[in-house]
Formats: sequence, C-alpha cells, structure tokens
Amino acid sequence: MTMPNKHHILSVTVVNKAGVLARLSGLFARRAFNIYSLAVAPTEDERYSRITIVVDVESTPLEQITKQLFKLIDVVKITELDPSDAVERELLLVTAEAPPAVRSQIIELVDVFEGRILNVGHERLTMSLEGHPDKLDDFEELLRPYGIVELQRTGRVALPKIDNSAARLRAVKNA
Amino acid sequence: MDMNGGQALIKALELEGVEVIFGLPGGCILPVYDPLLDSPLRHILVRHEQGAGHMAEGYAHVTGRPGVAMVTSGPAATNIVTPLCDAYMDSIPMVVITGQVPTGAIGTDAFQECDTIGITRSVTKHNELVTSAQDIPRAVREAFHIATTGRPGPVLLDIPKDIVDPKNPNSAMNWHWPTDQEVRDGLPGYKPNMKGHPRKIREAAELILASDRPVIYAGGGILKARAAEALKELAELCDIHVVTTLMARGSFPDDHPLCLGMPGMHGNYSAVTSMQRSDLLIALGSRFDDRITGRVGAFAPEAKIIHVDIDPAELGKVRRPDVPIVGDCRLVIEELIGAIRHLLDGGAAFPERSPWKQTISGWQEKHPLSYKQSEPGDALKPQFVLEQLRDNTPDDCIVASGVGQHQMWTSQYWKFNHPYTWVNSGGLGTMGFAVPAAIGAKVGRPDAMVWAVDGDGCFQMTAQELVTAAAERIPVKIAILNNAYLGMVRQWQEMFYEERYSEVYLSPDLPDYKLWAEAMGCVGMRVEAPEEVESAIQKANEIDDRPVVIEFRTDSSEKVFPMVPAGMSNDDIITDPALGEGFVQ
Repeated sequence: MTMPNKHHILSVTVVNKAGVLARLSGLFARRAFNIYSLAVAPTEDERYSRITIVVDVESTPLEQITKQLFKLIDVVKITELDPSDAVERELLLVTAEAPPAVRSQIIELVDVFEGRILNVGHERLTMSLEGHPDKLDDFEELLRPYGIVELQRTGRVALPKIDNSAARLRAVKNA
Repeated sequence: MDMNGGQALIKALELEGVEVIFGLPGGCILPVYDPLLDSPLRHILVRHEQGAGHMAEGYAHVTGRPGVAMVTSGPAATNIVTPLCDAYMDSIPMVVITGQVPTGAIGTDAFQECDTIGITRSVTKHNELVTSAQDIPRAVREAFHIATTGRPGPVLLDIPKDIVDPKNPNSAMNWHWPTDQEVRDGLPGYKPNMKGHPRKIREAAELILASDRPVIYAGGGILKARAAEALKELAELCDIHVVTTLMARGSFPDDHPLCLGMPGMHGNYSAVTSMQRSDLLIALGSRFDDRITGRVGAFAPEAKIIHVDIDPAELGKVRRPDVPIVGDCRLVIEELIGAIRHLLDGGAAFPERSPWKQTISGWQEKHPLSYKQSEPGDALKPQFVLEQLRDNTPDDCIVASGVGQHQMWTSQYWKFNHPYTWVNSGGLGTMGFAVPAAIGAKVGRPDAMVWAVDGDGCFQMTAQELVTAAAERIPVKIAILNNAYLGMVRQWQEMFYEERYSEVYLSPDLPDYKLWAEAMGCVGMRVEAPEEVESAIQKANEIDDRPVVIEFRTDSSEKVFPMVPAGMSNDDIITDPALGEGFVQ
C-alpha cells in the first residue's frame, strides 16, 4: 500500500448531483489511468461535493486530463494539491490476528500510533487509525507480521495548508 | 399545476426559437408527440434515427443555430449515438431529446430501456436525465445554453415517460421559464472564456510582426465563432497566407490570392509545405489533428505557435504553443488586429516577406492539383465530375459529403468562396453522413441550392432518408461517385497492403441506383460519358419539387493525391500519382 512515485492529488469541487462521479471517473477510464484512491463527500456548502483523487500519472497526461475534467459542466473547481503544501488525512480499519500471546504487543502498537481498539475477539482485534497516509502505511507494515485478516482504508482527503493556501494548479498553469 | 411536462417540453422548444425538429416517435416519447400536433413547430419524420441526428447536424452547419432531434428510448437512443459523437467531434450545436421508460421502471430492464445517459456520456458536451416535470423548462434552457456557447456541442436530455404523460400525476407542473441569471446560477461550473488575455494578445502581435514565414492555420472554430470576416481582415492586414482545414473550408474564400486551400493528409502541396516550412503558425480555432500534422514530432519543426481556441483543453494537447490564447476566435482576432495596428502605428513594420511569398507561389506553380483525363470509352474521372459540378452550380451552392475519397476530392476541387457552404463529417469520419446532412442543410437554407456528393459505399448506409426528403418535398440533389468500391480502403490496400484487396468490392450494378432513387420518389439518372455530365447536372438543377440522384460511373482505380501516408512526416508528401503506384510503407 505504499504510494506511487508520480502521484498527484486533485481536489475537485463538483455540483452535488447524480452522475457526476461517473462523468469524472469515465475520463480517467477512457485513458486507462488507474485512480489510486478516491474520496467523495459533501462540503461546507451543500450545493457542492469535494472529490479527492490520487492518481499515478506523469504531469503531461495529467494536464490534459485536468483540462478535460474542467470541461465537465458539473465541475466547479480543480486544485492540484502539492503534498508538501497540503494537510492530508486518511482512516484505516483493520482486523488482525491477536491471540493472547501477542495481544499486548499489538495493543502497545496501537497506543504508539494513537489508534483505537474497536472490537475484541478471542483470537482477533479490530482497530482504527486516523492520520497522515504515510503513518497509516507504517502502521500497516508493522502490523503485517501478526497477520492481517481484513483491512480497509478510506482513501485520502486533503485541504491546502492555511499558511500557504494559494490554490495550486501546477499541471495547467503553463498552458 | 397549470401544465403537463409534455406541453412544457414543446413550449420550451418554441421559446428557444426552434423551428424544426427531426425525429421519429415511439413508445416512451409518445406523450411529447401529442402536444406537438398543436404546436407551430415543424417536424420532419425520418426513416431512421441516425438520419434525424445527421439532419440536425446539417441544419446546424449551415444556419449556426442548434439542430434539434427527438427520438424514443432504447434502440432509437442507441441509433442516434453516431450523430451525437459526430457532432461532439466537430463541435456542432445540437440538442437531442430521447424518451426514457417511466422513472419507476428505470433499471428494471424494461421494454426499450437502455442506459442512454451512460451510453452518451462520452459523446455529448453534457447530458441529463430529467427526473421531474417541474425541471423540464430549466433543463431545456440549460441544454440550449450549453450546446450553443463556448465550444459548441451536442447536449442530450433523457425524458422519462411518466413526467410528460398527462395521464400520470408525475407530469403535473407549474410553468416557470428561468431567467438568464437563473440559468447562469444553475451552472456554477460553466463559464466559457470569451475574451483573450491582453498580454497574450500583445505577445501574439509581436510574434506576427517578427515572423518571416507566417501561415494562418484556420480551423472549424472560425466558422463556429462567425469569424470569417475578422479572419479576412487579419490576413489582409498582415498579408499572410491562410490554409483552411477540412472543417474550415469556406471560412476564407478559395478565390482569395492569400488562400492556400486545404492542408493535411490529402491537402495540396502548397498548403502542406507552407505550414511545414513556416516559422510561425497562427492556429485559429484549429486543433492540430493527426490528419493535419502527420507525424507530430516532424510537424512544422521551425514554427513557433500561436494557438487560439475557446477550449483550454486544446492548447498544448498535441503541440505546446508559444503563445496560448483561450477565447472566442472572432473576439480574439479582432483584439489581435487592434494590437497589430497599435504596433504599426508606433512605427513597427512587417519584415520583408517577398522571398517567402515567392517560394509559396513557386510551389503553387510547380505542384497544382492534377489528374489525368479519362480516355474515350473509359469510366469518368471523379475529379472531372467534381469540376463540372462546381462549374455548373451557383457560387454559394451548399455541398455536403460523406466520408472517403469523394469527400477529399470534393474538398480539393470545389471552390468554397462562402462560409457555411460545406457540410461534412471531419473528426469522426461518419460514412453515410451526406444524404441526411444535405437534407438538414436544405431545411435550414431552403433558399440555397444543396448538393450532396456521396460515394456508393456511403450512399448505401443512409439512402433511405431520401424517402423522407421526397415525402417532405425537400429538393436536395445527390451526386453518387460510383466506383464500385469502398474507394479509400481500396486505395490503402493498393498502396500499403500490396494490392491485396480484402472485402472492398461493392459492384457497380448492385443496387441499381437509378431504380432505387426512383423507388424512393426521386428523379434518378445514370451518367457514364463525360459529354453527358454537364447536361445531367443542368437537368438536376432545374428540378425543384423532389430530390434528384445522379449516379456517375467513375474510375475505380483513381486515387486521392497528394497524400501523406498515415504516421509519416508531411515532408514525405506524395504528389505524383505515378510515385504512388505500388507504394509500400
């Protein structure tokens, strides 16, 4: 689950109505670009939703796809977020093997990462962890040797940092 | 509740200024056809839904107004996908209304149900499933606004039966016609940029004043923006030659001394080579299509690029411009003229360009379009037929074409001296476009003479619409260049597949085009000898109460030249047919 190298985070504000996600994902599918993660939710303004997309493409095709996205009538705004200028968060849910012999080690790991135990069974634990996606990667890596039964991540959501909040559309500013 | 959805739909179309709908009714759209009986809107009953779409396109091509087509759900919707895609590729304003199964039945695999919105999403500028009768006026206003502004294109409205059926309570609504402001507020993500950026305009003007070998590369955007006059003023002010792409034929008069005609795969030598050798390409509403550039890496290697387009996604899509300008072609050209005049007034001057102009005229003398006349007794040369047709029709005659060899010969040999006289399928290359598009054009311009030049392969795809034309008394004229082959495919098999002809032979006699035309209520003629060509055309020109079809028996072996083989550099243009014989890539 480590991040791809050429990843880009697009924060897309769209009109909150049926079919918008299909229009948007269709543009990626047409070019056979894989969406690495995607999160959709309403914003502070109920008329709009924000879609946070992480894609793994070179800048040049991304520029074209960003412009094509912007042609969609229901897309209001697109911001490409530079990871160094953005606040990113993600939620992870995981069920792991936790027999009594190692259970305390796992609980200690959850404590270190400031995660939570959500559900306890005889042989398994279900935990949640919220944080920067890199932190989630680390936690997942350390938990793996114990045996991961099921794992689900939400995909990242992101907002620009306040102290450097100028909207960055790196991919399209040259054209 | 003062109205039902079906009445509201018809009233909304009337208020949008629609004068004609091309369509064919069916189950789910039936409730909209009923109030149509009480409306002044003209409806043209097509024989196949694809015909409705292409007619709407032809209408839009020649009038600049959006073409409207209305069909039912399921197979009717899928039949109109090709015209939607065609209109999307060529930026044709069009509004298509499709019936849909009642809202409660959507998703149940109901009779004649299909996911029209899903299927047409990638071939429309926008589409909408209208889920409430109350939304109909808004949806129609938005559809016309989106179809006709910015980069024009097709918009589809999918209308479930229950919201237009007066027997269903879901169709009850209160009429409200949205104001312009309400339309804008309803589309917060849609704000086409019309005016060019002043700094970029200044940069463009400076580049033009510094260029020794400039060429204007005019595309279909000139016509969409109604910018032909502005283009002429710019070209004459700067004394710069103009190439007109397949989509831009007529946007700059062919009889103008600065006109170089069509560039591209089958463009003439001077148009292709002047772009290739230029030091500045002024791309106005054109999109660096692969049929223009040939191998992109080898295209116009020394040229700087000024690229003007209303669609920001076109700038840098194929070739990165030195000066990108997002805006409406007419407004930007006018601003550019102002900026150039300002620089000239300030003492700037154009460089001495006579060597470049001499080079171009040298090319024009050395490499004119040419073909070998037929020997007595042989089949007609298609180019000869086109020259006769061109010379025996009015200067402002509208001509439509299908796709293939006949299309290229028409574009090459016709003299397009007026905008909006050329109707063809450029981007999608839709065989069968000519007959319905010509009918739509004639409906839009009943005052003009409308000819379609078609191939025998194309004609067989949509000929049934001549029944529509005969029934509606739409007197279009069709010239079939019958070479008994899928000619362009045959040309490629001859040149690039070692003359191994695979599934391209169509037979000259099957069908009998003259009889077929007559069966469809048209006048049918067959012409085989050169001396009969002119009189047949004259006879067709005199018929004004029904369609005419002339079948010209043409030489199967004739190929379109010049040609830049696909994927090759424009430097490798083949001008001499003799050099094309047995050419293997």
